[in-house]
Amino acid sequence: MLSSLMGYYSLIFGLCISLLIIFFSVKNFKNSNILDSKILLFSFLQLVLVFVSFLGLVISFVNSDFSNETVFNNSHTTKPLFYKITGTWGNHEGSLLLWLLVLTLFIFIFLVKSKNQLKKYRILTVIFQQIIIIGFFTFLIKTSNPFNYLFPIPEEGLGLNPILQDPALAIHPPILYLGYVGSSIIFSSVLAATTLNYINNDWAKHIKGWILISWIFLTLGILLGSIWAYYELGWGGFWFWDPVENVSLMPWLALTTLLHCILVLEKRSLFKSWIIILSIATFTLSMCGTFLVRSGILNSVHTFANDPERGLFILSFLFVLIFISIFIFFVFHKSDNKKLSPIFLLSKETSIVINNWFMMYFLSVVLIGTVYPIFLDVISSQKISVGPPFYHKLIIPFLIPFLIFMAIGPRLKWIKSELKDKLSLAILLIISVLLSLFIVRNFETNYLLNSILIGSAFYLFFITVRDFFSKKTQRLSQNIAHFGFSLLILSILFNSIFSNEIITNLKVGESYKDDDLEIVFNDLTKENKKNYVLFTGVFSIKDKSFNNILKPELRIYNQPNIITSEADIKITLLQDNFITINTVKNEDYFNVRYLIKPFMLWIWVSVLLIALGGLISLFNKKHEE
Amino acid sequence: MKNKTITTIVIFFFIFVFLIFYKGLNNSNIYKPSNNENKIIPKFSAYSFFENKLINSENIFNQKKFYLLNIWASWCVPCRDEHPLIMSLKGNDKLEIIGLNYKDNNKNAKKFINDYGNPYSIILLDKDGTKAIELGAYGVPETFLIFENQIIKKYIGPLNSELILEIESFIK
Repeated sequence: MLSSLMGYYSLIFGLCISLLIIFFSVKNFKNSNILDSKILLFSFLQLVLVFVSFLGLVISFVNSDFSNETVFNNSHTTKPLFYKITGTWGNHEGSLLLWLLVLTLFIFIFLVKSKNQLKKYRILTVIFQQIIIIGFFTFLIKTSNPFNYLFPIPEEGLGLNPILQDPALAIHPPILYLGYVGSSIIFSSVLAATTLNYINNDWAKHIKGWILISWIFLTLGILLGSIWAYYELGWGGFWFWDPVENVSLMPWLALTTLLHCILVLEKRSLFKSWIIILSIATFTLSMCGTFLVRSGILNSVHTFANDPERGLFILSFLFVLIFISIFIFFVFHKSDNKKLSPIFLLSKETSIVINNWFMMYFLSVVLIGTVYPIFLDVISSQKISVGPPFYHKLIIPFLIPFLIFMAIGPRLKWIKSELKDKLSLAILLIISVLLSLFIVRNFETNYLLNSILIGSAFYLFFITVRDFFSKKTQRLSQNIAHFGFSLLILSILFNSIFSNEIITNLKVGESYKDDDLEIVFNDLTKENKKNYVLFTGVFSIKDKSFNNILKPELRIYNQPNIITSEADIKITLLQDNFITINTVKNEDYFNVRYLIKPFMLWIWVSVLLIALGGLISLFNKKHEE
Repeated sequence: MKNKTITTIVIFFFIFVFLIFYKGLNNSNIYKPSNNENKIIPKFSAYSFFENKLINSENIFNQKKFYLLNIWASWCVPCRDEHPLIMSLKGNDKLEIIGLNYKDNNKNAKKFINDYGNPYSIILLDKDGTKAIELGAYGVPETFLIFENQIIKKYIGPLNSELILEIESFIK
C-alpha cells in the first residue's frame, strides 16, 4: 500500500523534474559558459525519484501486496523470493519502469563523464534525452501505471508465467535494457552534435565509450536470451528468427556497424552521414522493437499484455522521434562532399565501407522478414509468418564474402596500403578450403555451399589465430572479436550439420533402439515443490561415445496452471546431449525428444569472446593506437 | 534541389510506414493452435518415396473413400509394433493407406518396408518434419483417419487391435 503510493508519487515528481531540467537547460543554453549546476543536481534528483519508485514496486512484489494491480497480475505468495524480485521486471509495467530507471541513470552518468565536452553540446544532449524521458514517463503514467490500486484487495495473485521463472531470464531484461537505453544516449548525443556541427574526431573519441558499453550489454543480453530459449523452450534450438529475437538483432547490427564507423571518424573525417544515420537507426530500431513487442501487433514468445492504446502511444512517440531526427539531419547536417579526403581502393576505409554495406544488407533482410507479415496483413489481410528458410537463403550466401573481407580488411592500413604477405594469405585460404572439403565430404553432407561457407569461416579463424601470435598485434580487441565471430559461425555450422534428433513416444519401461543408440525410459518420479508439482523422467542413454542417465523434468505449476518441460542437458566440450519429455494428451505415452547438438558450448563461448573484444577495447586504450 | 526530393521521399516513406503500423494495431494477431479433429486437412505437397515426384495433397485425398494417413519412421520402435496391424488393414477397397515417412534416412526406411511389408499406396517424404507440423502431429507414430478431406479421428501413439476395430467400424 504505502510502497505503491510512494512509488506513484515519485513518478509524478520525476516527470515534473524533467520539465524543470528542460527549463533550466534552455535558460542556460545561451547565458553563460559553464553548465548550470542545477541541471546536474536535478538529474540526480530525478534518478533518485525513479529509483525510489522502482524500489516501491520491488517492495510491493516482495510483500505480495495484492492491492497493487501489477503485483496481483504477476505474482503469487507461493513464489520463491528470488522470482518475486525478478518478477518486478517480468511484466510490461515493471519492465518499463526499469527502462526509465536506466534512462535517468545514463543521462546522469553522461553529465558527470562529459565534463571536457562543449557546454552547448552537453545541454542539447540533456534536452533530447529529457524528451525521451518525458515520453516514457507519460507512457508509464498514462497507459501502464505500475501502481494501480485494486479494491477489494484480492487474497491471492495470478502468478508469474512459469517459463519466466528462470535465473537466466531474471537478468536478461536488465542487461538487454542497458544496451537498448545506452543507444538512447548515442541518439541524443548525435542529434546534439549534428545541430552544433560537432561531429568530429573529439566527439568520436568521447562517444565511442558509450557505443562500446551499449554494444557489450546488447551482445550479452541477446546471448542470455538465446541460452534461455535453448534450455527452457525445449526445442533444442538457440535462435528461431522469432520477431522478438529479430528486434534485438536489428539494433545490434546497426550498432556494430556504427562501432566500425566511429573507429574511422576517430582517425579521419569520414563517414559522418553514416554515423548520424546509424546512431538514429540504432535507437529507433530499439524503440521499434519495443513497439512491436508491446503493442501485440506481432505474436511471439514474449507475451506481454497487448493493448492497442499502448501500441498507439509508442507508435506516435517513435514517429515523433523519427521526424525530429529527419528534420535535424536534413536541416543541420551539411555533407562536406567538396573537401572530402580521398579514399583509396586498398585501405582500411574501403574495407569498412564494404563492411557497412554487408551489415546494412543483413539488417534489411531481418527488418523485411520481421515487418513484412504486418504489411501483408494490412494490405491484403493474408496472415503469414516468415520462417528460418527465408533468412538462411538470403543471409548465408552473403556470409561467404563477408567472412573473407573480415579476414583481410583489418590487415589494411589507413589511407593507402598494400596487401603484404599475399602468399601466406593465399596459402591459408587454400588450406581452409581443403580442410572444409575434407570435413564436409567425410560426413556425407555433400553441399557445395556448406563447404565454401565452412572454408571461409576457417579462413577467418586461421588468420585471426595467426595474428594472436604475430609480434605486431595491431588491435587485440578487434582480433578477439573477429576470432570470436569466426568461431561462432563455425560452431553454428557444425552444430546444424552434425546435429542429430530422435523423436519418439515412449511409456515407462519401454525403450527405443536403433543401430548405434539405445534410450531406455526407466522411471518416472513425482515430487511436490513450493509452487509446482515435479515429474522427473529417468532415461538411460547408451551409444558409442555416450553412456549416461539423463533426467528431464515436467513441471506443473499451480498458479497459473501451466506445464513446462525442462530439458536435461549433459554438456561436454564437444557436444550437448539434450533430452526433453512432453505429455501426450490422454495417453500414458510421453513424447521424448533426444538431441545430440555438437559444439553448443562453443556458440556461447564465441559470443562471450565477441563481447570480450568490446570490453578490452573499452578498458585498454593503449592497444588502440 | 536533390536534397529536397530525398527529404520528401523519406518523409512520405515514414508516413506510409506509420499508417501501416497504425492499421496493423487494430488487427488482432492472437494465434490459436487449432484442434485438428473434424477439421479440413491442410494442403501440402511432398515428394513421394519411391518415384521422388512432387505430389499435391489435393491429388491424394480427392476420392470418396476413407484415407488412413500414418506417420512413421524406421527409427520409431512403436511404429514397428503397429506395422503388422496396418498391414492387416491393407486390401480394403474403401480404405486407402497413405504413409508419411518422418525425419528418416532413405536407406533405413527402405529396409523397414522390405522387412515388414508395405501397406501404403503412396509414401510421402517429410525429411525435416514440417509436413507433420502442418498436420498438427506431435511425433511418431500418429495416424489420421480422413474422409472427404476432413480429419475424423486422430490417433496419437501406436495403433492397437482395439483401435483397428474402431477404424474398421468407421469404414463400415
